[in-house]
Amino acid sequence: MPSQLVRDNLRTNKLPHIWCAGCSNGIAMRAISQAIENLGFDKKKVCIVSGIGCSSRTSGYMNYNTLHTTHGRAIAFATGVKLANPNLKVMVVTGDGDCSAIGGNHLIHAARRNIDITTIVFNNNIYGMTGGQFSPTTPMENYGTTAPYGNMEKPFDICNLAAAAGATYVARGTTYHVNPLVKLLEKAMIKKGFALVDVMSTCPTYYGRKNKKGTPAKMLKYFKDNTIDTKRVEKLSKEQLENKIIIGEFKNTDELEFTDKYLELIKGWEG
Amino acid sequence: MTKRTEIRLSGSGGQGLILAGIILADAAISEDKNAVQSQSYGPEARGGASKAEVIIDSNEIDFPKVGKADLLLVLTKESYTKYISSLKTNGTLIIDSAIDIDCGKSSFKIVKLPITDTAINRVGKSIVANIVALGAIQEITGIVDKSSLEEAVLKRVPKAMIGLNKKALEEGYNLAVKTS
Amino acid sequence: MKVKQIKLMQGNEACVEGALAAGMKFFGGYPITPSTEISEISALKLPRVGGKFIQMEDEIAGIAATIGASLTGLKSMTATSGPGFSLKQENIGYAMLAEIPCVIVDVQRGGPSTGMPTAPSQSDIMQAKWGTHGDHPVIALSPNSVSETFHLTIRAFNLAEKYRTPVFLMLDEVVAHMREKIEIPVASELEIFDRVRPEENDTKYMAYKVPANHLVPPMASFGDGFDFHVTGLMHDEFGFPSNDTDNAEKLMNRIMNKVNDNINDIVDYEESFIKDATTIVLAYGITARSAINAVKTARERGHKVGLFRPTTIWPSPEKQIKKLLKNVKKIIVAELNLGQYVLEIERIVAGQAEVFFLGKANGEIITPTEILTKIEEVI
Repeated sequence: MPSQLVRDNLRTNKLPHIWCAGCSNGIAMRAISQAIENLGFDKKKVCIVSGIGCSSRTSGYMNYNTLHTTHGRAIAFATGVKLANPNLKVMVVTGDGDCSAIGGNHLIHAARRNIDITTIVFNNNIYGMTGGQFSPTTPMENYGTTAPYGNMEKPFDICNLAAAAGATYVARGTTYHVNPLVKLLEKAMIKKGFALVDVMSTCPTYYGRKNKKGTPAKMLKYFKDNTIDTKRVEKLSKEQLENKIIIGEFKNTDELEFTDKYLELIKGWEG
Repeated sequence: MTKRTEIRLSGSGGQGLILAGIILADAAISEDKNAVQSQSYGPEARGGASKAEVIIDSNEIDFPKVGKADLLLVLTKESYTKYISSLKTNGTLIIDSAIDIDCGKSSFKIVKLPITDTAINRVGKSIVANIVALGAIQEITGIVDKSSLEEAVLKRVPKAMIGLNKKALEEGYNLAVKTS
Repeated sequence: MKVKQIKLMQGNEACVEGALAAGMKFFGGYPITPSTEISEISALKLPRVGGKFIQMEDEIAGIAATIGASLTGLKSMTATSGPGFSLKQENIGYAMLAEIPCVIVDVQRGGPSTGMPTAPSQSDIMQAKWGTHGDHPVIALSPNSVSETFHLTIRAFNLAEKYRTPVFLMLDEVVAHMREKIEIPVASELEIFDRVRPEENDTKYMAYKVPANHLVPPMASFGDGFDFHVTGLMHDEFGFPSNDTDNAEKLMNRIMNKVNDNINDIVDYEESFIKDATTIVLAYGITARSAINAVKTARERGHKVGLFRPTTIWPSPEKQIKKLLKNVKKIIVAELNLGQYVLEIERIVAGQAEVFFLGKANGEIITPTEILTKIEEVI
């Protein structure tokens, strides 16, 4: 019998999900449900928009208004949904490839526009659904099926990218640190503006196997042992920070939000 | 009854020829005639050769483009070179007298008018050369009435510019009267 | 509008006026010549009627936002030209499979590639039909005047709403940019169709099930309280992904047949001088304006020539053309490309008449003289 949380937020008749055993996307999905539950959102007004990839199957399992779009375009579809009906609580669930490669342009422009969308990236450093090709967040020298000699490209830090582009809330969590992740998601969801949470997820099937990262449990333990909170970063040396995952809040500011501004314009023409 | 009349206004981008075309077409429509205004343009927003075309007809207008023009307005040398061959035999050329051309023996009627000079020195602003030209075209062709032309001009210019444009029209009429 | 108005108006402007008359409340687009006036006027007018305009970061995002907005219940439109039409194709296919109504205006310009941005063409006719991958239903309309642009934009919205599918309005640079007389009808005289929505208390709502006596599944909006999922994957009647082959076959047949079974409602055309014609010119959009002029002259010269002008390009007026073949022995297809729609006409005619082609792709329109010459050449 699934838990109350699952029954209240997921489409239990669509479970089990398609994700591999040991994949931590499910943890991330549960954390989203928990945050929505904690915040007491009207679920009839929650709209989850996703792109293409393992992460993006999330929309089909969540029991809200759900829209599974084309590869990379979730944020662009979500922009239309949000502007057309600003009463909806619009969230995008996307992956590292979906959001920062094919959809990179939409990401930076939604951030620049500061439209009230919460973007949650399931970042597993690989293209999982297509079979383990390297992505824009695969670390250098790591292997992928299209990086048989090791990845020669520098990765993106999606948090720094979103923050620089103008997002008003940016954070990173991991699927090991579940309770802190839920808190970060909650803060992102209540932010009036473009918010992004980069959720470190594990892909034991492709990324783990290609890079000899061990069992699913060991991959989660890696998160436990190798993360540093943004609050501690300043106190540490460059050497101490090498190969560490920085988690916590990267940015939290308040700025004028796009749909608010547009509604103001419409109001000026009323009556 | 107005027979299909094809008018080509040519000069350079930024001279307001498309607006002039729109005004002329609008005036014709207000008289219950049919009119089509079209234009061709290159990548330049200013400069280059620009043309606006207007067809006026009491009957329905099927083909909406000007082939051989009944009337050709030329405000620059470049547009003269480019479009003079598209003027009908027995058509009318209205050309700014500042343009130095060798008209020699021609099969069409030539009306040389100091359009730009009038706009600058008599009206006070070079940008109203297009309206001066419209005044002259009206006087010469009578294709639309003065009242509907004036109404169409005033509809499309900013309030602060109404006086200036009225004067430009007047000067255009006068220019043409003098030559005819 | 409370009283009808006579105005001088540009084609692109008439498109926006038609869209607003049809109830457009959302426009998502990206600037591209020669369609920009549609964006500009939408940006100006939509907020005044409580609608929304957004300039997106690229063409793909423009159609994506348009589809997203439609899912909240707003009548939505985007506008583009050839290069942008190419970029939008994947999401157009999405809207076709997910059955999301919207209007996509393509102001055709000289191609391929960047081509001649300010010159007219009709070379996206096959892109409209086959631009997106997979089999898919296509409705595409083509007006030949400013006034018809107004009316066909309304029709495009009506068909999109009625059949739950994207509809293409195929303009060309000349129709889009020329100004001519238009009579804007009184709003109450216009026939406006709104999508069928589920009953408020329908607890058994299935997002992709067609109830008895319905053309398409009623469409709920996000936020209305209905539980539904929308995906570009092959889906079951609830809207959830399904790899079942029987289900896929059923869904594909349904989305194709909602158009194919209603051709009489969707297809529209105009015939001139057709009654005793043994030769016809078939032309659409701006080329039909040259063609009618040529046909009139040919008639004056005693030739039994007529004009057939489809205003619905896709689906093609197959039945009507076949009917003409009783008398018509020669068909001249004139279009601003190097041979696109002529292929469809050849398919329909299937050797029952001679088909001749007159095309151009140099940035100029086909003149009446050129068509007349062709008529006299083939007669």
